[in-house]
Amino acid sequence: MKKVFSRPKSLKNVAFHYCAGCGHSITHRLICDAVDQLGIRGITIGVPPAGCAVLAYNYFDMDMLEAPHGRGCAVATGIKRTLPDRVVFSYQGDGDLAAIGTAETFHAANRGENITVIFINNAVYGMTGGQMAPTTLLGMTSTTSPPGRSAILDGHPIRMSEILAQLDGATYIERCAVNTPQNILRAGRAIRKAFQYQMDGVGFTMIEVLSQCPTNWKMTAAESCRWVDEVMAQTFPVGVIKDIGKGERHAD
Amino acid sequence: MAKARIVIDRERCKECHLCILACKKTLIVATVEFNTRGYHPVASKDGDECTGCTLCAVTCPEAAIEVYRG
Ligand SMILES: Cc1ncc(C[n+]2csc(CCOP(=O)(O)OP(=O)(O)O)c2C)c(N)n1
Ligand code: SF4
Ligand code: SF4
Ligand code: SF4
Ligand SMILES: [Mg+2]
Repeated sequence: MKKVFSRPKSLKNVAFHYCAGCGHSITHRLICDAVDQLGIRGITIGVPPAGCAVLAYNYFDMDMLEAPHGRGCAVATGIKRTLPDRVVFSYQGDGDLAAIGTAETFHAANRGENITVIFINNAVYGMTGGQMAPTTLLGMTSTTSPPGRSAILDGHPIRMSEILAQLDGATYIERCAVNTPQNILRAGRAIRKAFQYQMDGVGFTMIEVLSQCPTNWKMTAAESCRWVDEVMAQTFPVGVIKDIGKGERHAD
Repeated sequence: MAKARIVIDRERCKECHLCILACKKTLIVATVEFNTRGYHPVASKDGDECTGCTLCAVTCPEAAIEVYRG
């Protein structure tokens, strides 16, 4: 029999430290798959964040350069401008990208930096114990919003993808999920497309991934996957948010 | 003769059971055995029904499933 599915070559053969069912692990594999399919392992540079994915460099068999919390887009900008022939992606959580790194992210998108951001939205600060993030849903309990997030006290969940899509420098932004086989396949195609856009020199691309965090959501893996569809996607609808069309350059 | 089969790396399995939900043919089952990390790894049922659709493998967060077809 022929092997029709196996671990991507770009994904090192080591066990993940992530919790059972965690969306980070699935997204790592999807990125590696895209890199393999495009044949770009030798020219790809990843920028991992602070957060649960802080050790992502242990898994990606390619060049990786860690960014301080929130600075993924700034670090990726520096790498890409120095080495424009490389494919550069930053990998950032929602606490990372939508709180401490809001300014860096916003301005990188606005400058149309030719980088790809993989934005892991799990609606909490995962690594530090499940504190409220800017993306935490209204009414959602977290360690810093025990009665549930209140709009009056805590503000509203921020939809970064929709906000960044308003900027002329952003060329392709899609929100995906990794909670079902169909959504995982779709997220994989989106990541590959974003890398392809970058290789075509189009400008800023971002794939947001609704990423189950069974541990901090205090659910089983199966419950967390259902919750993504039934609850989280009501606030963060999946789909293409902006796509200027391949090959078309933004005004410069 | 089976058309397809899967191989689960039971040492990597973290017992999330997402593959069990992914398999429309319910060919993956929970077990009570332990792997060295203390999880109860799932197992694939013997039989001819596996279509090699790969959906279990697509889902597995640990990339612990390989699929063979042909
Ligand atoms: C400058 C700085 N401030 C604060 C921290 C503490 N810290 C580590 S991870 C994290 C939040 C992680 O949340 P998120 O970005 O959503 O990633 P997740 O763990 O949920 O994937 C914080 C606040 C830090 N490492 N560096
Ligand atoms: S705490 Fe949440 S995001 Fe972090 S590894 Fe565990 S499940 Fe994944
Ligand atoms: S390949 Fe498809 S049919 Fe076979 S075990 Fe996996 S999900 Fe089930
Ligand atoms: S999806 Fe993977 S880790 Fe989860 S139970 Fe199945 S084989 Fe184990
Ligand atoms: Mg988070």
